[in-house]
Amino acid sequence: MSARVVRRAALYAVAAVLVAIFMGPFLWSLGSSLKTAREMTFYPPTLLPAAPRFQNYADVFGNPKVPMALFALNSIQVALLSVVGQVLSATVVAYGFSRFRFPYRNVLFVLLLSTLVMPREVLLIPNFLLFRYLGLFNTLTPLWLPSFFGGAFNVFLLRQFLMTLPPDLDEAAKIDGANSWTILWRILVPLCQPAIATVAIFTFLNHWNEFLEPLVYLSSTDKFTLALGLRFFQTQPNDAQEPRDQLLMAASLTMTAPVLLLFFACQRYFIRGIVMSGIKG
Amino acid sequence: MGFLVFNFGPLLYSFFLSLTKYSIVREPVFQGLDNYVQIFTRDRLFWVAIEKTGYYAVVTVVVGLSCSLLLALLLDQKLLGTSLLRTFFFMPTLTPVVASVLIWGWIFQPDLGVLNFLLRSLGLPGPGWLQSVEWAMPALLVVALWGSVGGSRMVIFIAGLQGIPHELYEAAHIDGAGLWTRFRHVTIPLLTPTIFFNLVLGIIASLSVFQLAFVGTKGGPANATYFYVLHIYYRGFADSEMGYAAALAWIFFAIIMAFTGIQFWLQKRWVHYEGAPR
Repeated sequence: MSARVVRRAALYAVAAVLVAIFMGPFLWSLGSSLKTAREMTFYPPTLLPAAPRFQNYADVFGNPKVPMALFALNSIQVALLSVVGQVLSATVVAYGFSRFRFPYRNVLFVLLLSTLVMPREVLLIPNFLLFRYLGLFNTLTPLWLPSFFGGAFNVFLLRQFLMTLPPDLDEAAKIDGANSWTILWRILVPLCQPAIATVAIFTFLNHWNEFLEPLVYLSSTDKFTLALGLRFFQTQPNDAQEPRDQLLMAASLTMTAPVLLLFFACQRYFIRGIVMSGIKG
Repeated sequence: MGFLVFNFGPLLYSFFLSLTKYSIVREPVFQGLDNYVQIFTRDRLFWVAIEKTGYYAVVTVVVGLSCSLLLALLLDQKLLGTSLLRTFFFMPTLTPVVASVLIWGWIFQPDLGVLNFLLRSLGLPGPGWLQSVEWAMPALLVVALWGSVGGSRMVIFIAGLQGIPHELYEAAHIDGAGLWTRFRHVTIPLLTPTIFFNLVLGIIASLSVFQLAFVGTKGGPANATYFYVLHIYYRGFADSEMGYAAALAWIFFAIIMAFTGIQFWLQKRWVHYEGAPR
């Protein structure tokens, strides 16, 4: 019995150390984000400022050289349009794969899945040239438009979910005179809500955090998303030419906060989505 | 099926581009395999990128997968506050990579940073981290591992662990199997499909590392963190050598396909699927 107690105690000790490692950077940057410029230069460093300076967060948004609010709007626009696109297109494609028989269906599905292991980097250059040819360089369009053509992972997720719904439902509706569209939108989609929520959350997250594509497609500051814009706080010195790491910390946390809030609000969809993707094995 | 057009059309187009000299302002000029020949014979940075990316991938995959599995095992112990612990481990993986690099950059700050302060108070020297040739890579590895071990891989491992029938452990226990033996001969074999899944996606993710270095070090100092995708980006978008960059991207594609193919081929030897799909 006592060996068991010792073992449990050791596990709790390990867990405590791990929490410190995983949470430490958040606490450290949160503390730093509330410091004055002078407190940032203290050595030995202090974890917390003498008095929290919330003004730093206002300064992040009120900086004339760095239009942070505009970056945030751009990020929100891209992320939301992508969510709409992915949900609509992935639902329709998944419906097609799960309920209709058509030639080469399985071949097409395997091809679709094969794009999961295809690195995006190989598509970056041709897609860049395509959007440039279409005159969409330095617009937000290339960042969300591809979402309207479905994503392999989301299609897979929704298809798996649709397969678990009994086809009898469709049959019953068909007898009542519903066509395929009505069946999809009125009957299946409401039942698929958990899976659709998962798709929406992951799409939002991916586009919010996306870095390489905005970097390639956007050239003028007023089009930047948060991921690109954050770096200004790395390089922009203030009037006194001092580094402003406290603002950098505040800006980084500002970008992270919506993602964490989303996670806390929808934790179970997160976990379920990941597990569903892994079960394929 | 516009989706497939969006993927395979550009794929073929980029292969065509890789056979041309295309500096974006002029029309592409067909030149056969010249780009590939040049990459393999005269591009010193190509080999640097292969070396750095390979090193990064080996460490993040081996250490990363092991850590994810250990965390999953810890969370499977039914400790009090497990769901809170899981949330704590998961939070870094939600943090946008740009933000986490910037946060860690401040921790790694050589003179005022908290990490060097802690090291110095233990009597250890504080290296220059991101500014140092030797320590930039380990620093990025720390950021990468912090931001990934508690994420989807861990969650998938937990699901895998929970899928192992409890009776198997009890049976092994009755047969006198200790903790390690049970882990080695019950947990691991039954977890191999999960490990395989995580391995395939983990390798792809590791090889594609980009923004960590782009934001943290720009590939420096002295190319110490010059990863492959940085090379594609710099040649294609900084130097506007689209044909050359397309060739680099195709080599990258081939490498990833080769790794994935090898793993699917090798899986017959070590991945243990149960009769009925779970």
